Parts: sequence; structure tokens; C-alpha cells
Amino acid sequence: MVASSLLSASVFAGELTVVSFGGAYGAAQKKHMIDPYVKESGTKVLFEDYSGGVAELKAQVESKNVKWDVLDIEYIDVERACSEGMLEVFPQDILPKGDDGTPAKEDFIPAALGNECAVGNIVWSIIFAHKNDLKTKPTTVADVFDTKKIPGKRAFRKRPQVNLEWALMADGVALKDIYDVLGTEEGVKRAFAKLDTIKKDIVWFDSWSQAPQLLNDGGAVIVQSANGRIYSAIKKDKANFNIVWDGQVYDLDGWAIPKGSKNKDEAIKFIQFATRTKSLAGMQDVAYGPTRKSSMVLIAEEVKPQLPSAHLDQGIKASAEFWADNGSSLGEKFTAWLIK
Amino acid sequence: MENTQTTDDDLSLTSEHTRKYNQAIRREKNKALLLVLPLFFFLLVFFITPIGFMLYRSFYNPTVSNLVPKTIEKLEQWKDISRLPNEETFKTLAYEIKGLQKTRKSGKFAEEVNRRLPQTGSVIKRTARKIKKVDLDKVANYQKLLTSIHKKWGSPAIWTGIRSAGDKLTINYYANALDYKLLPTGEIVKQPEEQRVYLPILKRTFYIAFIITLLTFILGYPVAYYLSLIPLKKASVLLIFVLLPFWTSLLVRTTAWIAILQSNGVINKTLLYFNFIDKPLEIIYNQFSTILAMTHILLPFMILPLYSVMKGIDPSYVRASQSLGANPFMSFIKVYFPLSLPGLSAGSLLVFIIAIGYYITPALIGGVDGQLISNLVAHHMRSTNNWELAAALGSVLLVLIMVLYWVYDRLVGASNIKL
Repeated sequence: MVASSLLSASVFAGELTVVSFGGAYGAAQKKHMIDPYVKESGTKVLFEDYSGGVAELKAQVESKNVKWDVLDIEYIDVERACSEGMLEVFPQDILPKGDDGTPAKEDFIPAALGNECAVGNIVWSIIFAHKNDLKTKPTTVADVFDTKKIPGKRAFRKRPQVNLEWALMADGVALKDIYDVLGTEEGVKRAFAKLDTIKKDIVWFDSWSQAPQLLNDGGAVIVQSANGRIYSAIKKDKANFNIVWDGQVYDLDGWAIPKGSKNKDEAIKFIQFATRTKSLAGMQDVAYGPTRKSSMVLIAEEVKPQLPSAHLDQGIKASAEFWADNGSSLGEKFTAWLIK
Repeated sequence: MENTQTTDDDLSLTSEHTRKYNQAIRREKNKALLLVLPLFFFLLVFFITPIGFMLYRSFYNPTVSNLVPKTIEKLEQWKDISRLPNEETFKTLAYEIKGLQKTRKSGKFAEEVNRRLPQTGSVIKRTARKIKKVDLDKVANYQKLLTSIHKKWGSPAIWTGIRSAGDKLTINYYANALDYKLLPTGEIVKQPEEQRVYLPILKRTFYIAFIITLLTFILGYPVAYYLSLIPLKKASVLLIFVLLPFWTSLLVRTTAWIAILQSNGVINKTLLYFNFIDKPLEIIYNQFSTILAMTHILLPFMILPLYSVMKGIDPSYVRASQSLGANPFMSFIKVYFPLSLPGLSAGSLLVFIIAIGYYITPALIGGVDGQLISNLVAHHMRSTNNWELAAALGSVLLVLIMVLYWVYDRLVGASNIKL
């Protein structure tokens, strides 16, 4: 940490600090976006990890000490980050055409260009996973909240997002009504009450890379995870894991530029490169879907059923708007609830 | 004063002599004071000023009145708060929100008002998003516009919220830090049960600090006693074992505890191997591990002052008491223990006060129920960026420690501390 901040403090021309989530996802980005870009442009890129959320970004922007130039941000956070002035507006009209010649505006799925501060990068999903040797296997979100049926620890990411949605799903709220119910005070109470029932069985983690680790170490029997992390553990490390798509909360990640980045022009160039048809298709290494239609032809047949887009009817799309509006107040409630 | 030295007239101390003597002494003292100057400036710049800023920040926040100055001005003229403010106010706010939206500051405005009146941040954010597409110059009725975007604009509550968020000076943060809230009407009421966070954590912090002080006393007193009895040469060798951890980085010691306590750590692996348990014990990321690790880390702060005081206790006192008929236990209680009290006071005060403000160890291995008040201060500094609340929490802690010191001074006497 200290070393990396020292490094990024000495910024020369043609140097870029890109942050993302690390792990298998980071490796795929390095292979298909960072390395080819370094090769083509000769720019020196510092590729660092962060654990997501807007806290670090906010602290950098508000203290006017911006160390990052490009960050991979979850769309669940991007609306809030953009409306609170933490991100630069991205000139989306300069994005390159798809490899098949389709103009960027039509090539990208609409959600990918839905926020003026970011360019969609992947379609991914938050799912839960378990080991295949578990006695009773969970099949629904309700099972995750049923410690009688499946005893043992559950590992969730330490934030209100997704956990509250899942609590309502497990409590019997229909998928299409989740955000409407969560928008009411009773709905929030209901969600926390449901989380209360398994509070002592939850292990909280801060970064997605911990999820497969916890499952592997036996730290938890069911983990919440980004689908790509589990996919990669199964495929690369031959882990005996299983992904359950029921209740998946899918979302986009996008590239964005922190407000006040010292290398904005270079950052724009990098994002243009990293959202080309071929770069985006490379994310299939970790079963994350491309945000360009033209990338779809490059996706291997065996990966397609592993993409979130193959299971859309089993879950919901994370609402960036809802979390932009309620993120901070629910965040405070969540902290208060957690610490009790 | 009467002069008693009258034998030698030349040497007699007249008032003139006394005056000169005092003057010389004062001059020397002033010169000596110069030596303290660097420290004084150091304290002023790096200690007193930041604390001053912290205290200032805990009740002064001009953000909202800087973001929407005209609306605040209009709202100050708004008298009957049971009815909505006038159309002019609606218009002013609509323009100001649109302006903020363009400069991407509407989110900041929403967050600030939300702190003052929960559930309103989303109203402002949604309004800002919708108002982006509206040509305000062509709007006929601004009240209608805002209430059509969100019905909450149609009730006076949100307006009183904005008005009180516009107060530059507020005790709201102190109210929040003590689990109260300041209503826009000026009333101070207790937070609803599920929102009370800070007082329970404050109580927990004092409780944990007390337990740690007690444990360091139980563990440290015999060690210090033993060290004070054995020959100096032996004692200095043994003291290294006390000091070595003291010199080791805090982070290293805390991480070592993780290696020992975690679910596949040394303790659990051993117990599992010998079949004492069938699944790993949960002995980390909770209050237990916090107390354990902090006791270990703070132990030298208890042992060292105790040792230095015990070293100076004349053993003949204890022998005398025994020769006068006290049994060993009585002579310890009546003679030795009171003599060691200055060291114990110093050690306890050091351990207790350091423990109350402890951050790193609970942050790393405290889990959920091992978090202390300083972790919440950090949370508001780093995550929610509510620096005002963090400042208020810090000030509350400062005041509590000063009160504690005062009580202590009354009971034991500050002069009874020996470091």
C-alpha cells in the first residue's frame, strides 16, 4: 500500500494509474486490456487493486489528492459517484466503432452508456455458491437464510447493497417488487428483520477476492460472490464449487475517470482502447458478459450458459438509481445494525 | 519578614539584596523557559491547533448555506412553519438545485440535508435528476413542478430540514454523537432505539478499557514485583522480555495474534489434532480477541511504571512490619501495596487512556462486537465523510477523559502518579 501510493505520487507523462478489483477478474483485465494497451501505446500503467465502493474515491476527490486515473466501478455505485461530482463526465461520442462496423452508440447495450460518467465494461452478477460436497444443497435465496435446513456460516460482502435485496427475496417479496418494497420504511425494517435471523451466522468480507477463499477454507458454507470469481475457481483451480443463479443480482461495471485525475487525456485514450470489441470479449475468461453486441460473436459456446445474461429471469438488475438515492442513509442504518 | 542574621552587617540580607537575588533567579528562569519554547511551538502547531480545529468543526458547518445561499435567505423570512413557504422560495430552490446539478454538487447538498433530516436526501437527488431536463424559465408554477417530482416538497417538514441544515452553527453533531437528534423545530429528542449506536459503543469502549486495565494489573503486578526483588543484573536481562514486544511494531504483534487465533491457526489446529474439539473455536474477530491482543500489547505500560516504583520501595519497611507482628499477607496489604500505589496509578491511567483511544487492533481483529469508539470516528472520517460527526465524537471522548482524570485526581491525587 505504502509502496504503491509512493509510486503513484510520482506521476510522469505517459503514466496511468488504473484500479480494479484484482483476483481472477484483474488478471483477465490485465491480459486483455492493460497489457495490449501498454504494448500499443507505450504508456506505463500502474494496475492496482481496490475493494470497490465510493468511500476511497470520495476521500481522494474531496481532499483534492487524486491518485487514480481510471477506475473500474460497479454501476450500483456509479450513479451516486457521478451525481456527487466524484467522476469526470466521459465523452461517449468518441468511443470507437465495433469490429463489425456498428457505430458505438448502437453497438453498446443501452445500460452501458446509461451514465454519462462511465462506459460499461462487463455484465456480471452477484450470486451465491457452495461446495458440491455439502449435505443439503441450497437452491434458492430462501435456503441461504434458512440455517435450520443448511447449518453453517454464510459469507456476505459488508455493505447493504444486495444483502437487503436478498433478505426481501428470502422473505417472499416478488422479484419485480424488490426495489418498490425497499423504498418504503416498512420494507427496510422487513429486510433488516430478515437479516437479523441469520446475523450471528454471517461472516462479513470486504473484497470479492475473499469470497472463493472463504468457501475454500471452510470459513463459510455459502458465500456471496461475483460469478466470475467462482467460475474461475472452478475452471482454473478445479475447485469443487457450484454456482446458484436463483436471486442473482446482475449489474454492469464500467470504466470511469475520478474527478481531478492528473492524466485525464491519457485516461480517455485507455478507456477507448479497453472498450473495443475484442478487449471486452476477453472478459469471457471469467464469465463476465460483454457490453458490446459485436463482442458476442467472439464468446465461446461453452461460456455462454455461464454468463449472467443466460439466467436473467432468475434474478433482478441492481438499481443504480435506488442506491444513488438511498445508499448513504441505508449505509448508516446498515452500520448501526451491524455494530449492535 | 524578620531578619535574623544580624551578626555580620556586611552580609546581612537587606530588602535590596533580596530584590536583586529574586531578579537574578527570575532571569535565569526565563532563560530556562527558552529551552521549552521549541516544545511549546511544537505543541501549539501539531497538537493544540488541530484539536482547536476539531472542536470548531464539530459545531460549525457552512456547507449548505454556501450551496444554496439564496434559498436559505428566503427561508429565513418564512415564519409560519405549519404552512408551506411561498412560491418565490420554491422558484429560488428550483433554480439553485438546477445550478448545483450542472456543477455536480446536488449530491453533496442532498447528503448534507439528509444528515439533518433523514429520508430527504433521496428527494433532493431525484429532484436534481428530473430538473435537469426542465427548462425552468418556462415554468409557470414552481410549487407544482417540485411537488410533481416528489410529493414531499408539498409538506413543510423538508423545508424546515433545509433551513436548519443551513444553520452554520449547530449542536446537531453533538446531539448525534450522544444518540440524540435535533429536530428542525429546535427540540432535542432521543434517537429511535434501532438508531442508537454511539452511547452503547462508548459504554463498550470504557468497559473493554477497564477489563484490559484489570487484566494488565493482574498479569503485570507479580512480574514487576519479582523483577524488583531479584538482582539488578538478572532483572535487566528479564526486562528485555518485557521490552522486546514493546519495541516490536504494533502491526506485527496484532498480525501474530491473527496467525495464532484464526480458524486454521495454531490454537485451533492443535486442539483439532488432539480431538479436543470437533470444529474450530471462534476466538478471533470478536471482543475476546480484541481484549486478549490489547492486553498483550499494553502490558509493558503497566509493568514499567510499577517496576520503577517497586524498585524504590525500601525492603526494610516490610521487614519492620513483620518484626512488629504482621503476617506476610498483612504486611503486603498494609505496607507494600500502598507504597506501590503511585506506580499502579500511573500504569492504570496509562493503560486505560491508551486503550480508550485504541484503533488498529480492534480494526484488524475486532470483528463486529470488538469495535471501539475510535473505529467509528475513523468510519466517519473515511467512509461516510461526515467529518463534523467524527469531530464531535472525538470531542466527546476528549471531555470524558478529562472528566475521568479530574475524578481520579480527586480520589487519588495526580501528584500520586509516578512514572
